[in-house]
Amino acid sequence: MPENTREITFADAVQEATAEAMRDDESIIVYGLGVNDPGRVFGTTAGLVEEFGAERVFETPTAENGMTGIAVGAAIAGVKTIVTHQRFDFFLLAMDQLVNSAAKWRFMFGGQFQVPVVFRLITGRGWGQGPTHSQSYHSWLTQVPGLKVVMPSNARDAKALLKASIKDPNPVVFIENRWLHQTTSLVAKGSEPGELGKSRVVVEGNLITIVAMGYGVVEALRACEELAKLNIHCEVIDLRTLAPLDIETIAESVGKTRRLLVVDLAPETGSIAHTIKTGVEDRLRGSEVHYTGVLCGLDLPEPTSHGVTMNFHVDAGAIFSRVSSICDGKSSIPAPLRTFPSDIPPQGGFGPF
Amino acid sequence: MTEHRALYGAMLRIRMVEEEIASRYAEQEMRCPVHLSIGQEGPSAAFSLVAEVKDFAISTHRAHAHYLAKGGNLGAMIAEIYGKVTGCSKGVGGSMHLADKSVGFMGSSAIVGNSIPVGVGLGLAAKRQKNQAISWIFLGDGATEEGVYYESVNFAVLKQLPVVFVCENNGFSVYSDESVRRPEQQTIPAVAESLGCLSISVDGNDAQAALEALRSVSALVRDGRGPALIELHTFRQREHCGPNFDDDLGYRSEEYLDEWKLRDPLDLLRSKMTGADDAKWIEETQSKIANEIDVAFSEAKEARFPTLQECKELLYA
Repeated sequence: MPENTREITFADAVQEATAEAMRDDESIIVYGLGVNDPGRVFGTTAGLVEEFGAERVFETPTAENGMTGIAVGAAIAGVKTIVTHQRFDFFLLAMDQLVNSAAKWRFMFGGQFQVPVVFRLITGRGWGQGPTHSQSYHSWLTQVPGLKVVMPSNARDAKALLKASIKDPNPVVFIENRWLHQTTSLVAKGSEPGELGKSRVVVEGNLITIVAMGYGVVEALRACEELAKLNIHCEVIDLRTLAPLDIETIAESVGKTRRLLVVDLAPETGSIAHTIKTGVEDRLRGSEVHYTGVLCGLDLPEPTSHGVTMNFHVDAGAIFSRVSSICDGKSSIPAPLRTFPSDIPPQGGFGPF
Repeated sequence: MTEHRALYGAMLRIRMVEEEIASRYAEQEMRCPVHLSIGQEGPSAAFSLVAEVKDFAISTHRAHAHYLAKGGNLGAMIAEIYGKVTGCSKGVGGSMHLADKSVGFMGSSAIVGNSIPVGVGLGLAAKRQKNQAISWIFLGDGATEEGVYYESVNFAVLKQLPVVFVCENNGFSVYSDESVRRPEQQTIPAVAESLGCLSISVDGNDAQAALEALRSVSALVRDGRGPALIELHTFRQREHCGPNFDDDLGYRSEEYLDEWKLRDPLDLLRSKMTGADDAKWIEETQSKIANEIDVAFSEAKEARFPTLQECKELLYA
């Protein structure tokens, strides 16, 4: 292990990416509700105001749409802004400024401007987050040309991709699942930015390609581990960036495995999972492919009651079942994947998150 | 040049450009919505004398006058309305999406209220630059009913940003007058004032009064005293969108129309220009502007359209 590499949490990786980027570039500012409060956006903005001062790191009025437009204005005048939202759901108030301003200000003025803004959105999960604290409309946002949409699944990618998002001269929506914040991976200090628009083969396999994104990757990897015990070797691809979409890496993998399952934890109708499935089918037309399918969330808002959410989410057990039915058709969900309770993260703890 | 001439010349140029757009619109070569400022030139003329090159400005769907007043290139604007690749936005923006970054005109938006927070963000950037630049935000009276307007004024006051909100109040949001949109006692300056924003109201058709207001207010803002709002009452002579008159629709009373038609901003200022050679100066100026307009239109018509590939290349930096 290189000397400066150590195991840190996703939340710390986000903090570290921000701090390192701000040290390198004085034009970067950070704002949002909670960036300087005692919680520091789940620790992701810890230490920033102390190091960079209140001119560069500040709390804002509760004004999601206005503050989004303000970020666009600052950006076109050369001030790079990182805007934080503790829940994706609140950011829905900012759709006008995201869609009509951030995504358009370069295109509709003939390329005169750059719009370097990063919108950090956190998706809630578990402990009764319910209908308006658990939504992730990442697929919607891929329908807005001009935006980039990033959805990391682990601490190392969170750091690399956040640094890439900050460096990018375009508006980037960076989506963090709340359950990922306390997960850990090996992350290097002072690491280089990653590359947007590249998915990653996390586990190599030969029987089926499973594509997942964000927290879905964690569940896919848990399923993959159990499936391997049955000699069902899955290739797991972490999408990492939804826009631009790296369909080539996926098609290449399916060309080898001949089977594709795309997992998205969000509602199925209009999911990017279907876009990926169709994209792969188009690219592999004429070659032998045994199965292509999607496994997505229900077209239903998340109920709050923990009495129902145990059956609500797409989890490792559901992925295991689907893959098993495609590949051997006979295995029942093994004990490690029968998660209960389902409303707290696998590593434990209790809410509110 | 005297201030009267400077103001009149600026108004005349905007008027003549827009009258040319109106008269050629039926040729169906300018195939995008146009919102003309004919009758509302006073605030723009005043702005053109007060704004500095380093200042930022941002506008609305009715942006021609503001773009020209900030020094935006005329030929590029006409080409833009014709949808040509030589347009200021390479033909992808049209009349409602004008920008000329080289002179600090940072864009205009078709969505009511949309450009207001963007202008406040420009103010935030201007404050960080510490060069006494101002961000000028043009808006109409309708935009003050949008939630984002309040969010924007609040933040500008909170951070004491160098922002001037220039509200051209023409009394109508398309066909709806103020009485159906806000309580009678509620005025735009009073609301802004209650948010902590220095506010004044003037007659926008009196270009000299508009100039004095913009000059005194912008001096304070430039000095770091926080944002200000200037409401300028004015009158849209033509239809909300398009080249024609729509007084036959009856949404504005005869009384109202009679009163405002006597108050054309060019006529009002012209009546004060009684110098020996003012008439000659105006004639020469008209002829110069007419030549400039001829060149702009003929170049725009000759230019080519952008290709789809060129449009695709604009999407990401």
